[in-house]
Amino acid sequence: MAKLKRIKISDYFCYLIVGAVMIGSFIVAQTGNLPRSYSNLLVQVAYSIILAVSLNLVVGFLGELSLGHAGFMCVGAYMGSYLAMQLSAVVDNKLIVLIVSMLAGGLLAAFFGLLVGLPALRLKGDYLAIVTLAFGEIVRTIFKNMSVFGKAMGLSTQSIKYDTRQDTSLYLVSFATVLVVLFLVQNLVRSKHGRAITAIRDNEIAAKAMGINVTFYKLFVFVIAAFFAGMAGVIYGHYTTPVLYSFFSYNYSIEILVMVVLGGMASINGSIIAAALITFINFQLQSHLSGDLAALKYLIYALILIVLVIFNNAPKLAPIKDKVSPKAMFEKIRAHKRKPGDIRGDKSDWRVIPTKIRMDEVLSVDLQQGNDYTPDKPNKGGN
Amino acid sequence: MSTVLDGLSLGAIYALIALGYTMVYGIAKMLNFAHGDIIMVGAYAIFVTLAAGGHVGIALLVAVLMCVVFGIVIEKVAYRPLRGASPLAVLITAIGVSYLLQSVAQIIFGAKAQTVSIVSFGTVKIASAEISVSSLITLVVGAVIMAALTLFVKNTRTGRAMLAVSEDRGAAQLMGINVNRIIMITFAIGSALAAFASIFYLMQIPSTEPTLGSMPGIKAFTAAVIGGIGSIPGAMIGGVLLGVIEKICLSVPVLAPYTTAVEFAMLILILLVRPIGLLGKKRREKV
Repeated sequence: MAKLKRIKISDYFCYLIVGAVMIGSFIVAQTGNLPRSYSNLLVQVAYSIILAVSLNLVVGFLGELSLGHAGFMCVGAYMGSYLAMQLSAVVDNKLIVLIVSMLAGGLLAAFFGLLVGLPALRLKGDYLAIVTLAFGEIVRTIFKNMSVFGKAMGLSTQSIKYDTRQDTSLYLVSFATVLVVLFLVQNLVRSKHGRAITAIRDNEIAAKAMGINVTFYKLFVFVIAAFFAGMAGVIYGHYTTPVLYSFFSYNYSIEILVMVVLGGMASINGSIIAAALITFINFQLQSHLSGDLAALKYLIYALILIVLVIFNNAPKLAPIKDKVSPKAMFEKIRAHKRKPGDIRGDKSDWRVIPTKIRMDEVLSVDLQQGNDYTPDKPNKGGN
Repeated sequence: MSTVLDGLSLGAIYALIALGYTMVYGIAKMLNFAHGDIIMVGAYAIFVTLAAGGHVGIALLVAVLMCVVFGIVIEKVAYRPLRGASPLAVLITAIGVSYLLQSVAQIIFGAKAQTVSIVSFGTVKIASAEISVSSLITLVVGAVIMAALTLFVKNTRTGRAMLAVSEDRGAAQLMGINVNRIIMITFAIGSALAAFASIFYLMQIPSTEPTLGSMPGIKAFTAAVIGGIGSIPGAMIGGVLLGVIEKICLSVPVLAPYTTAVEFAMLILILLVRPIGLLGKKRREKV
């Protein structure tokens, strides 16, 4: 029997692309030709990818909508950066400070993820979405009012901020983190646990009946996603100053959601590409648009959300989608290229045998012309 | 005393918005994120009519009309194609619609707040407390609208059809109820309520901006959840409660900066302790 679990080239695609970008930009940076704005963009892309991939874990794989992802990032950014500032007074090595604070920020955010995940035991769907949204706002309000974190002025991270022009280590570390996150998430998703998580998404009651501990897995996904978002927050804290509460608003959570939707639910490669694309578009729009036209960004987000979600989910559009979606196109090209004898084109392969038999085809056999077959007359009036 | 009265009139606005949420949630089983932004549409409709020299009364009519039209169009274009799709998809689309309205409003009218002065009634003294007349009007009209809505749902054919659809959509359809039509009517009523909310909002805070509706919208949803989603009296109680709590929090100096956090913490607590809200009905989930 054919092996079911084949690791495809496309699974390695993401590592290749991310690695290539990382090494390529490093070489350019060594020659001193990398403009400052682009090294900034690279860091932004890195933490956006981490955020998008981790949110995809919640939205795409677990099937619950979290609108508080920016809140977890906020926890990581404030607390991780604060810790890094304290640490940098003691430890001399900047890199160790960064990595330690990243882990600590991630863990703290994960703790908050646990706190939010607890209501998730009882709630789902719209309620959970609103609770995560509420959580994000609560976190923001609290950080805004704590004098340790600079109140409304934000936490000044000048002392730990990396100068991206001189120092390439921040985006190297960021991309290394991206690779680690990708590795962890890809392995999680393809493991027994990943299948349990997608089973919960597809039918929670059935999953429960199969003995999957729904409560545990929901909490687990929330905590993992929060951990990654916290790490992204610490990277953000090292990249910019001050860390300001207003950045982590509900709008930013939606921005991450737009990345996930654009990239495709439960598609890690998609999230990477979409995160990079959205960050790049933002970056370009920011430098070219000002004032009220800045709303154009949100208009684009809105259209992405509405059009893509309706196209992908509307029951009536399903036949059109099967014809024109990129995946269908790709399949068509592949089918065209297949050689005779190729197992994938072989109709005798058990995977391509149609499992649904159309009953009208079976029944109409007897009704063809020339067959002496007359159905029983309907029994009317008890004759 | 005046704090509580202020809270009551703010609560009446929340209650009106929450009614729209709760009706749509109860009948269409979806969280209409764009509901708050319909209020914004109403506010800008008033702003434009007044700027064009229209009478206040005409402006209010235009606002109601615009909101109803927007509500119906949004339902038809964005939500109806997704009927039968996963709740997650509907929710994300609703967020998209909310963003669409906000960004278009910002592109047309600018992000700056615009002053809209409808009418000013001054204040009256009741039992040694100053209270603005507009607050009183908000309270009275709000109560009347809610009573009318309750009567409508209980006593008319359409209202009972709404109850039936919220109870069991499939069975209602089998009984010959046009479910799409009922959902459309629900959206129309919800949007009209949002228009009234925008009128009362402008009476208290006479300025409008593209993000006017988003925070009150989320808070009103909180109110709807606190009162028990799907229940009309629940939405009223939740809205008034939230309004009073907000004003009380704002009047205590220590709590004032944390007002939003307190309100949302209350939401999380209620959902933890009593997920169905104060007056909600429990539903058992079936396969």
